[in-house]
Amino acid sequence: MSYIAKPRIIHKGLSRNELGLTLRDYEGRMSTLCAGCGHDSISSALVQAVFELNIEPHRVAKMSGIGCSSKTPAYFLNTAHGLNTVHGRMPAIATGANAVNREVCCIGVSGDGDSLSIGLGQFAHVIRRNLNMLYLIENNGVYGLTKGQFSASADVGSKAKKGEVNEQPPIDPVLSALALGGSFVARSFSGDKEQLVPLLKAGIAHLGFAMIDVLSPCVTFNDHEDSTKSYAHTRQFFRRAIHADFVAPAEAIRTVYDEGDIMSVKLHDGSHILLRKVSGDYDPRDRSAAFSYIQEHQARGEIVTGLLYIDENLPEMHKLQHTVAEPLRDLDYETLTPGAAALKELNKNLR
Amino acid sequence: MKTTAQGQLNDFVIKLANVNGTGSATANSLLMKAIFRMGVPAMGKNFFPSNIQGLPTWFEIRVNKDMHLARSGRVDVMVAMNAETYEQDLAEVSPGGTLIYDSTWPRHKTLTRDDITILGVPLAKLCNENFDKVRTRILMKNIAYFGALAALLDIDMPVVHDLLKDTFAGKPKLIPANLKAIELGYDYARENFECPLATRLEPLNCTADHILIDGNMACALGCIYAGATFAAWYPITPSTSLMDSFKAFCEYYRKDSETGQNRYCIVQAEDEIGAIGMAIGAGWMGARAFSCTSGPGISLMSEFLGFAYFAEVPVVVFDVQRVGPSTGMPTRTQQADLVSCAYASHGDTRQVLLFPADPGECFELSVRAFDLADRLQTPVIVMTDLDIGMNDWMCPALQWDDSYRPDRGKVLGAEELENVEDFQRYLDKDGDGICYRSLPGVHPNGAYFTRGSGHNESAQYTENAEEYQQMLDRLNRKSQTAAGIVPKSVIAPAAQKTHLGLISLGSCDNAVRETLEILAEENVHIDYLRVRAFPFGADVREFLNAHELIFVVEQNRDAQLKTLLLAETDVDKSRLHSVLHYSGFPIDFGNICEPIRQHIRGNVAA
Repeated sequence: MSYIAKPRIIHKGLSRNELGLTLRDYEGRMSTLCAGCGHDSISSALVQAVFELNIEPHRVAKMSGIGCSSKTPAYFLNTAHGLNTVHGRMPAIATGANAVNREVCCIGVSGDGDSLSIGLGQFAHVIRRNLNMLYLIENNGVYGLTKGQFSASADVGSKAKKGEVNEQPPIDPVLSALALGGSFVARSFSGDKEQLVPLLKAGIAHLGFAMIDVLSPCVTFNDHEDSTKSYAHTRQFFRRAIHADFVAPAEAIRTVYDEGDIMSVKLHDGSHILLRKVSGDYDPRDRSAAFSYIQEHQARGEIVTGLLYIDENLPEMHKLQHTVAEPLRDLDYETLTPGAAALKELNKNLR
Repeated sequence: MKTTAQGQLNDFVIKLANVNGTGSATANSLLMKAIFRMGVPAMGKNFFPSNIQGLPTWFEIRVNKDMHLARSGRVDVMVAMNAETYEQDLAEVSPGGTLIYDSTWPRHKTLTRDDITILGVPLAKLCNENFDKVRTRILMKNIAYFGALAALLDIDMPVVHDLLKDTFAGKPKLIPANLKAIELGYDYARENFECPLATRLEPLNCTADHILIDGNMACALGCIYAGATFAAWYPITPSTSLMDSFKAFCEYYRKDSETGQNRYCIVQAEDEIGAIGMAIGAGWMGARAFSCTSGPGISLMSEFLGFAYFAEVPVVVFDVQRVGPSTGMPTRTQQADLVSCAYASHGDTRQVLLFPADPGECFELSVRAFDLADRLQTPVIVMTDLDIGMNDWMCPALQWDDSYRPDRGKVLGAEELENVEDFQRYLDKDGDGICYRSLPGVHPNGAYFTRGSGHNESAQYTENAEEYQQMLDRLNRKSQTAAGIVPKSVIAPAAQKTHLGLISLGSCDNAVRETLEILAEENVHIDYLRVRAFPFGADVREFLNAHELIFVVEQNRDAQLKTLLLAETDVDKSRLHSVLHYSGFPIDFGNICEPIRQHIRGNVAA
């Protein structure tokens, strides 16, 4: 929350990416969220990720549903088209947008209410389609704009600001995405930019549906004692299972890692994700192992974070649809119309 | 052998009562096509249940040399193949008519009538004796009654043979069995009855340059010719075959010949909310996109339709209307979504609707729908119904002008955006309520934030009263622009000057025109306006002003077209008189004639 827009002065010393753009070129409008809101940290991580990926900002389509999280596309990438849909229906808009323009980078921002309650059906089906997009759930366990009701991600025993205790089991977006066949499933924390930025980059580079559940505390309605989505609770219980380093296609892998600790996943654009195990023998390429690992740690109250599952070989929607390489929206009318002669032929068959 | 006393040449109704799932559709379609190919105008209507197998289903063919192809309310020849509905089918035959039944089994003695001719053909027996497989016997019973009808109605046998060849071109192995079944019925009728009946056919030359096509296929074809590349839908009767047709046309016309890849994308969504959202997403990105549905789908799509209205995203929706409310009767026809579509979604909304009257117009108006959606940057809903959508109508052959190019409306390209410093998405530069649009990914100068929340001319969030009202008033201005460019009404003036008018829409048209001819013969002259779009154009207002009494004919209970006329024009309520039909079966001219006669008589008496 700030009241004065930053002046558009670009210092000579600001670093530039391969396109010659500075970080400032990737920023958005002034945020109107509460001071300290986790969502603003995520927007800032996104700005950095897209900047570092050298994507022209206007080649991104940013979409969202309804809620605090869904306001954020206004706060990053000012020169990208944005679309704030109706509640819980961002996946549908993203599906249509991506279907007719597979070249624009689709980034969707949703929240726990938007994805796990009103939009649970759309969330499930966009995973099924393996739509090529980055899908963020800015998860704070609470409805902020309507002042503090529990969301479907609230943990059992978590206490609301007004004292009510949640007794219904939560819907976990990570376990749900795994069960639904998601091809890229990650969890992170708005307060851990070091982990979040490479995850965002990997998610954008992934050819398919990349879901990142980002725990993002609500400072106004869910940051108190006995809340399991507060900064303090998240900091205390989050565990990195795996650390992902994103290596762009042109870069050499310079860092030296101990043999056996590193897993490299090659993405379709030639980039790599280097996965460093942080604890145990975690393998994010094994869906069922990932599932049980997360559940076991959840039972101990721990929040497992990192790139928890990836399968780069699942076909994304365009592959399943066998669409032409050129964006459908750019096809010339001449290639689309069968013309009068074809209609004449058809008439003959209708007699 | 007794035949009908007063037969009708090329002017009668055949009704076939069947059990669904027994393969009768093929036989019934062959029958209609054979008549059509003899050059005699014919149109069939299918009254089928919402069920896969075992429930009653009827097919009714109106044969009329004068091209009156609406339902007539008569049944001159009944083929009663369903024991369960036999009593009802027998009762429905018009006096002097003929009933044909399967005489393999005895009829109930009390179920008979003296005023009609009853002919028994042992269809099951003939088929059991001549075919081995159980399924073949069931299927061929239908083809056998087609054979009997060919003899009784004097259908051209060379036409029948050609038709079989064409119908089974892909499966020539089926031809001998079908020919055999036709012969069985044909020969039996010739040997046992005086053929042909007095009610019979004679070749004409009235169907050249015509085709038989259903509205769903015609709409799908319109989408192809309009250049639509994206479609999303959720299966729902009676709109499903629209997407089936679109897919079939795409597979035929839209495959890259070298790579085999698709120049289209069709997504079967998880529900109608997803379907309309996807189509809007594709429209926002700049493709021509559509969805098709029926009433329940419209209810689910409403929130998104309001979004697209307010955020100004082009999208086309086909509403193939069925009987409501709620699940209603999914396989029966109605025009009862008019109000819910006209004002779809909460808040002040006014959507653009088109009302084609037949499949030919479905093709034409589907293309127009995409042009209007792009031009007006708003949803356009093409309102057909089950009768138009799922029945084969006889229409003039479809025409196409190769000089057509899509009107994509006010879209700024990269070059134009290069010189735009402060792009204002919702600024009404031209005063017609339509603003300039930019597409994602084209140029950084064109970026804006599309939203359903309150926004100003720069597409920024606002809660400012003045900015909000400005936006709403500008949308109203756009609606007025829409009224000026939507398809004009079709007006048929009476032969004599009259103070009586009639307004109707869509699939009522055939029955209305037949009604007006009948009434003109009774010296009742009525001018006719068929409205083809909402918001109403000036032609509708002028017509209302020019008549003292206007009958409004529509197929719903609540007079929804009249409601729209009252809401959107200054017409005095007392001048509108509703003629309503809402049985779920397509309207017949009797449904219109009689109420009008009564009203006029009542007025004269008073």
